[in-house]
Amino acid sequence: MRKVAFVLALAILATSLVAAQEIRVGGVGPVTGEAATFGISTKNGIMLAAEEWNARGGLFNNRRVRIIFEDDKGDPAEGATVYTKLIQQDNVVAIIGTVMSKVTLAGAPIAQANGIPMISPTSTNERVTLVGDYIYRACFIDPFQGTVGANFAFNELKARNAATLFDIGNDYTKGLAENFRAQFLKLGGKVVAFEGHPAGATDFKAQLTKILANKPDVLYVPNYYNDVGLIAKQARELGFNGPMVGGDGWDSPDLVKIGGKAVENGFFTNHYAAADPRPIVQEFVKKYKAKFGAEPDALATLAYDAAYIMFDAIRRAGSTRGSAIRDALKTTNLDVVSGKVTFDSNRNPIKSAVIIEMKNGQQVYRSTVNP
Amino acid sequence: MKKFRLPRLLIVSAVLFVVIQILHSREIMNGYILHIINQSLIYVILAVSLNLINGITGQFSLGHMGFAAVGAYVSGTLTSLVFKINPSSPNAMPLFILAIVAGGLAAAVIGILIGFPSLRLKGDYLAIVTLGFGEIIRTVFNNIDYVGGPRGLLGIPKFSNFPIIFAAAFITLVVVRNLIQSSHGRAMLSIRENELAAELVGIDTTHYKVMAFSIGAFFAGIAGGLLAHLLTLAHPTQYGFIKSVEILIMIYAGGVGSITGSTIAAFALTFLSEGLRIGIRAIADTTGLPIGGEWRMVVYALLLIFIMLFRTEGLMGNKESRIITIEEAD
Repeated sequence: MRKVAFVLALAILATSLVAAQEIRVGGVGPVTGEAATFGISTKNGIMLAAEEWNARGGLFNNRRVRIIFEDDKGDPAEGATVYTKLIQQDNVVAIIGTVMSKVTLAGAPIAQANGIPMISPTSTNERVTLVGDYIYRACFIDPFQGTVGANFAFNELKARNAATLFDIGNDYTKGLAENFRAQFLKLGGKVVAFEGHPAGATDFKAQLTKILANKPDVLYVPNYYNDVGLIAKQARELGFNGPMVGGDGWDSPDLVKIGGKAVENGFFTNHYAAADPRPIVQEFVKKYKAKFGAEPDALATLAYDAAYIMFDAIRRAGSTRGSAIRDALKTTNLDVVSGKVTFDSNRNPIKSAVIIEMKNGQQVYRSTVNP
Repeated sequence: MKKFRLPRLLIVSAVLFVVIQILHSREIMNGYILHIINQSLIYVILAVSLNLINGITGQFSLGHMGFAAVGAYVSGTLTSLVFKINPSSPNAMPLFILAIVAGGLAAAVIGILIGFPSLRLKGDYLAIVTLGFGEIIRTVFNNIDYVGGPRGLLGIPKFSNFPIIFAAAFITLVVVRNLIQSSHGRAMLSIRENELAAELVGIDTTHYKVMAFSIGAFFAGIAGGLLAHLLTLAHPTQYGFIKSVEILIMIYAGGVGSITGSTIAAFALTFLSEGLRIGIRAIADTTGLPIGGEWRMVVYALLLIFIMLFRTEGLMGNKESRIITIEEAD
């Protein structure tokens, strides 16, 4: 027993000696729990980015970055604990995380109070960055995706009567639907049906029958892929042939597995497209595939981008002081995989979205929409 | 009437409180450890209050976090939306405590409302009803836009701190302990041991079951309110069935019917779950094995299985520590 303790103490001593030159950055994501696939993608993205920066000689003065990644289980209480641990115990200089808004909102006040800059890759709730001036995010927020979806439906699909079906138990789909409606009305279109379905539903025919009775030209379905697949199938069975539009929740290979042919003539807004010809995108997709054996999803991409944005800020700050990194983040102007990023006064990124079309069971890159 | 005395528990608690305060203010103990202590104390309140229902009275409730949700939402709504407390104003603290107590009372009222019809059920049936009830509460909050709906209730001021949480846990322990050792508590125990026999000796079993339920719900509501003001938010998914089961695990690991056991288990399991984070990372760093934090929950679950295999009655069985029990006034 004593021997074990001795070895452990030695190991801790050794790591702390090496760590003197390292810059410690926290990573947070739900690698277990209901959103585990999100967490694993996020972790992969951050780790790949750190590896690339270290291969290039670190962040500044040859100081390498060391990621301390913690699991938040998708639970706000766990999130608050993890943020406290990273800041108080591990003395990280910055945090990249976390995925779900409810967890980020529990962690952000802790980062803010301790003056530790953080960037969330994928928390879309507007209030996240309003917590304070140390809190940034790498993804666009719900209003933007809903707005882009409405513009696309109105201008490119020439739809005038839109209907939406969303999950009333999920703040993300509700937010997208509400913002789609607001923008579509502003453009002069009509929203003929605005229907919610209960969380976990598998039969949407009652809502769809009601919606289709109002003869919409386009159906806006900002749900996750599993619901979308079923909704598309049932809408087609009920005789709806028009286009369907959605958000980044569609981005999964399982969409076609569930929806089959029904998701054809479907379009969705997304953070990036693997088929985007920009070299930075192609290089990232190649490296990610080689390392993890799968095509990167939006979560991995945004985590990779968030890490790049944070590392770039630390490099430009040339310091590990929280306030210096925060000030550097403010003046970010960086080309990352999901587009060219600058930040607005609320620390939300100003960047482009892509529209992806479902064609013959494949995701096809259609266009890039600038803000 | 027994003389009301609480020296042992009071002295031990006071010493612990002072030691923790000093360690923290001297920065020997960092904010992370203090945060885990705060969380453990909230779990103590939840576990001890659930033990009153499940362990002492022998009613199997699976919806304990539902009561915590009521407390969290009621107190959170009061502080953030109704009182709109300015943290620097002098009456911030009294208003906050008022909101926490209101949250507890609201949970107790719900406990009584649910109790009367459902506590006529026994065993598995009661478990299913309480499970359903917990989910109903969660769904109700999920659908009220005033409290944020599925986005959760955000922007709750951060008022919970170590002294307040400590005091709440202490009060919970004293009240539940005194209750158990009173005639009411004996009546509750008799229901657990044999409900039919209890009825035959003239104990109004429904009355005592509702009493246990409402007192348990009250403290669960307090814990929910404290948690919401620690995390600065309340979210419907935090109060699901899985969380209720976590509390249940604590009372089983500690020993059903022992509030000492619940208290120890709440601390032990919270610290274990955090300790594994650090332990597994140390193992990964020294051996170079590609194991990450996700293995934490596997080890945690294995340890729980071992506790239940080798100590089926839980850490304390149904015994109480002498720190908890009231000395006989002789």
